[in-house]
Amino acid sequence: MSAAAFEIVGLRHRYGARTVLDLPRLEIRRGETLGIIGPSGAGKSTLLRLLQGLERPSEGEIRFGGQRLGSPAPIDLTRRMTTVFQRPAMLDRSVRDNVEFGLRLRGRRDRPRVDALIERVGLTPLADAPARRLSGGEMQRVAMARAIATGAEVLLLDEPAANLDPANVARIEAIVREEQAHDRTIVLVTHNTHEARRLAHRTLLLIGGRMIELGPTEDVFDRPGHPDTRAFLAGDFVY
Amino acid sequence: MDSILRALGDPALMAIVALSFRVTGLALVIAVLAGVPVGAIVGLTRFPGKRLVTLVLYTGMGLPPVVVGLFVYLMLSRSGPFGTLGWLFTPTAMVVAQIVLAFPLVAGLTQTAVEAVDRDLRLQIRALGATRWQSGWAILREARIGVTAAIVAAFGGIISEVGAVMLVGGNIDGQTRVLTTAIVLSTRQGDFALAMALGIVLLLLTLGANAVLLQIQGRPR
Repeated sequence: MSAAAFEIVGLRHRYGARTVLDLPRLEIRRGETLGIIGPSGAGKSTLLRLLQGLERPSEGEIRFGGQRLGSPAPIDLTRRMTTVFQRPAMLDRSVRDNVEFGLRLRGRRDRPRVDALIERVGLTPLADAPARRLSGGEMQRVAMARAIATGAEVLLLDEPAANLDPANVARIEAIVREEQAHDRTIVLVTHNTHEARRLAHRTLLLIGGRMIELGPTEDVFDRPGHPDTRAFLAGDFVY
Repeated sequence: MDSILRALGDPALMAIVALSFRVTGLALVIAVLAGVPVGAIVGLTRFPGKRLVTLVLYTGMGLPPVVVGLFVYLMLSRSGPFGTLGWLFTPTAMVVAQIVLAFPLVAGLTQTAVEAVDRDLRLQIRALGATRWQSGWAILREARIGVTAAIVAAFGGIISEVGAVMLVGGNIDGQTRVLTTAIVLSTRQGDFALAMALGIVLLLLTLGANAVLLQIQGRPR
């Protein structure tokens, strides 16, 4: 079995005439947490949508577990990954039904597992409450539990802790750490460099859709090799 | 008042009520079975000519019943393309006319309802591993308030319309007379007590049907 979860070769993605992503080569390893940082418009979220198969690349190829994510991407491949978006979109159902949703899509029901996950994200007293009545932080915890419940090998996290209060950020990061302990492959998009530093094994800096630097997180943050990385980490404008 | 109560007890009225429900019920079921999937597909997919299809559906939502009646009449008349079916002046012709009226309402309002479902949620449903059909079903479920409103609007539109059923059914006593055509006839004949009784029954039936639909719709969470 390949050590790579994802292999990206010659990827170019355009919206109209504008190229938003240009990645000649990128490998995301099994069991690692890859942090993707960069300014707004760098192509971070676009890359996640392409990895999940929600969009088709304009050019190039994405392979997952050695298999090509075609168009449309085969459901048995895309079901091995799932995405948590920045804004948690809740179904008009209870917390429990939301968490169970991905499992039921796969024709499975596992109430004990669902209830255990709800407990893990600290929402047991709200299990039967309508999910849309929860606070933003609570909804994001539901979204994390819902994603984990699917049993997907890969978690694609798109700014999961953005706009949350420190207590909820800590809870979300704790959940990510627990998933790391289970060797889950995680791709974490964040504009928060501290978060990437805390959670990512390797970090990728994207600017203007191009890979500026990729390496072990410590190296990227402590010994950046590219002047744009130094500028970005220093808070300078690098657009 | 006494004459209205007497009219309400008339066995002929029950036959009219039963036929009204049979015609409108069958037309609504067929329009819903066809219109909800069509509305969902148009609302959730992109294809060439989508705007044209939307325009046709939206135009269909405002079709004058009497024009639909005329069109169905011409189609089913002896010299029309479907004249050999022998459906003109039968309840079947009335069902056909009501389907033509109800279908665009159900499909057009369903399309609007599914398009109104949060785009982020639609993306999230796919990202959780939904197949195309599972995604469509989940989105329809999210849009259930709008879809029920579509069915309510279609039911209200066809149970209360008179022009189309009068033209294609002929208002034949004991065969194609429904509540609305009976009200028109009673009023013309000066039998206001019967007309009022029929009107009360029509209102109560509409109220009851909408109560059932609202129950199905459920409460928003």
